[in-house]
Amino acid sequence: MKTHRLTFAFQLFVTLLAAAFLMVPAGASILAGFTANYFRGVSSGLTLDWVKQVLALYSDTIWLSIGIALGTLAATLVLAVPAAWALVRRPSRLARIVEEVVTLPVAVPGLALALALILAYGAIREFRMSPAFILTGHVLYTLPFMLRAVMAVLAAVDIRSLEEGAASLGASPLQRFFHVVLPNAKGGILAGALMVVTLSIGEFNLTWMLHTPLTKTLPVGLADSYASMRLEIASAYTLVFFVMIVPLLLALQLFGRTTGSAR
Amino acid sequence: MHSADRLARLFLLPLFLFVAAFFLLPMVRLVGVAGSGPNGMAEYVAILTNPRHFATLVATLALSAAVTAATLAIGTVVALFLARNRFWGRPLLVSCLTLPLAFPGVVVGFMVILLAGRQGLLSSLSMGLGMGRWVFAYSMAGLFAGYVYFSLPRVLVTLMAAVEKLDPALEEAARSLGAGRFEVLRDVTLPGIAPALMASGAIAFATAMGAFGTAFTLATRIDVLAMTIYTEFTLNANFATAAALSIALGLITWAVLALSRNLAGGGVAAAG
Repeated sequence: MKTHRLTFAFQLFVTLLAAAFLMVPAGASILAGFTANYFRGVSSGLTLDWVKQVLALYSDTIWLSIGIALGTLAATLVLAVPAAWALVRRPSRLARIVEEVVTLPVAVPGLALALALILAYGAIREFRMSPAFILTGHVLYTLPFMLRAVMAVLAAVDIRSLEEGAASLGASPLQRFFHVVLPNAKGGILAGALMVVTLSIGEFNLTWMLHTPLTKTLPVGLADSYASMRLEIASAYTLVFFVMIVPLLLALQLFGRTTGSAR
Repeated sequence: MHSADRLARLFLLPLFLFVAAFFLLPMVRLVGVAGSGPNGMAEYVAILTNPRHFATLVATLALSAAVTAATLAIGTVVALFLARNRFWGRPLLVSCLTLPLAFPGVVVGFMVILLAGRQGLLSSLSMGLGMGRWVFAYSMAGLFAGYVYFSLPRVLVTLMAAVEKLDPALEEAARSLGAGRFEVLRDVTLPGIAPALMASGAIAFATAMGAFGTAFTLATRIDVLAMTIYTEFTLNANFATAAALSIALGLITWAVLALSRNLAGGGVAAAG
C-alpha cells in the first residue's frame, strides 16, 4: 500500500517532533553538565568540574542506590522465582488470587503505598531509620515485574510437560526445580532482573516518603539538587544518573527484542 | 505429584508472608487511620464533600484525561509511521523514542525545566525570535508536558507492537472495496489496535493520576491530588486526610487499570 505523500509528511513531522521533545532536553542536560556556565552557553568553556563536585557531594547516594537495587534484586529473586513456578505449574483460583494480590502494589500509587508502610511500621525506629525500610518498598513495587517475567517464560516453554518427563526419570521435585525449571526460566529471570534493577535505581515516589536524612538514594539526591543547586550541578548529577541507567535501558531494549514475550 | 504440591506450597509461603506483612497489613492500617481523624468515617468521602479537595480531584482527572488523549494521539501517528515505513536511521529513531521509558518522574520534571523553565530552551528560543519569554514549566502546562514525556515511550512500545501484528491485507481489502484513507483508518486500523490503545491509555491515565515526582520537581504550587496528599501528610501532619485521599487515589487508578484489563482482555502489564 502506498502512503499518501501529505500523510507521510505529516507523520514524519510528528515523529521527528516527538523524538526532539524527548531527546533535546536530555541532550541539553548532558551539555549543561559539562558547561562552565550554562547561562552564557558553551562559549564559556567545557569542564568536568561539575561532575567532580557531584561525585564529591553525592557519592553516598549513588552507592546506596546501587546497594538497594542489588538487595531488591536478591529479594525478588528469592521471593518471586520459586513462587512463579508454583503458580504456573497448577493454574487455579488460588493462583489467580495470589497473582492478583502480588500485582496490586503496581496499581496503587507509590505515595499511598509509602504512607501505608509509614503508618504501619514507622514507629519501629531501627527499621524506619535503616535502608531496609526503602528496600522493603522497592521489593513490594518490583515483585510483580519479576513474577510476571518468569511466569510468562515458564508458560511459554510448557514447563509442565518438561517436568513430567524429568519426573518419569525419577527426579525429585527439588531436583526438577533446580535442573529443569531454573535453566528454562533463565530468559525470564534475566529480563525480570534488568527490569527490577532499572526500576529500583530510578524509584522516587515511594523513596521520597520512606527516606531519612541518612538514607538518601540517587533520585532523592536529584530532587534535592533540582531544588537547591545551580543548574550545572543538577545537570551533572542527572548525567551521572544517565550513565547508570542508560546501559540498563539499552540492555532491556535489546533483550526485549530477542525474547519478545517477556515484557 | 504430592511432594511437588508440598514444595509448591512451601515456595509460595515467603511471597505470601511478605505481601501480607508489607502490603495487606499496611493497607488495612491506612484504611483505619483514614477513619480515625476528627471527622471520623466522614473522612472517607472528604474528597467529594470538601470543596477544595473536590476541585483538586476534578483538576487531576482533567489533566490525566488530557495527557492520555494527547499521548494516544501522538503515539498512534508515530507508531503507524514507524511500523509502516523502513528507512535509514529508523532503529536510531525508535531507540530515541523509547529510551526515556524508565526515566523517573523527578528526572522528567527536570527535563521540563530545561525545556520550558526560566533558563529553558523555549525561553531563549522565544526571546531570540522576539516573541517574549515562554516559561510554563512551573504550571499545569508544565505538568502536562512532563506526563506526556513520561508516558509517550511506554505507549509507543505497546502501540508499535500492536500495529505490527495488524494484518495489512485487511486494509488493502478495505481500500480495494472503495474505502477512503480516512475510512480505512477509522473502520479498520483503529479498531484493530483498540485493545492496545485501551491498555496503554489506562496506564498513561493511572500514571498521570498518581505520579508525584514530576509535580514535586516542578512546583509545590500545582494543585494535583498527589501534591495535596503530600502536603497534608508532611506539612500539615493531617494523617487521616492524607490516608483518605490516597485511598481514593488508589481506588481510582486500580479501577481504571482493572477496567481496561477486562475490556482489552488480559495481557496488560501495568507500569508505575
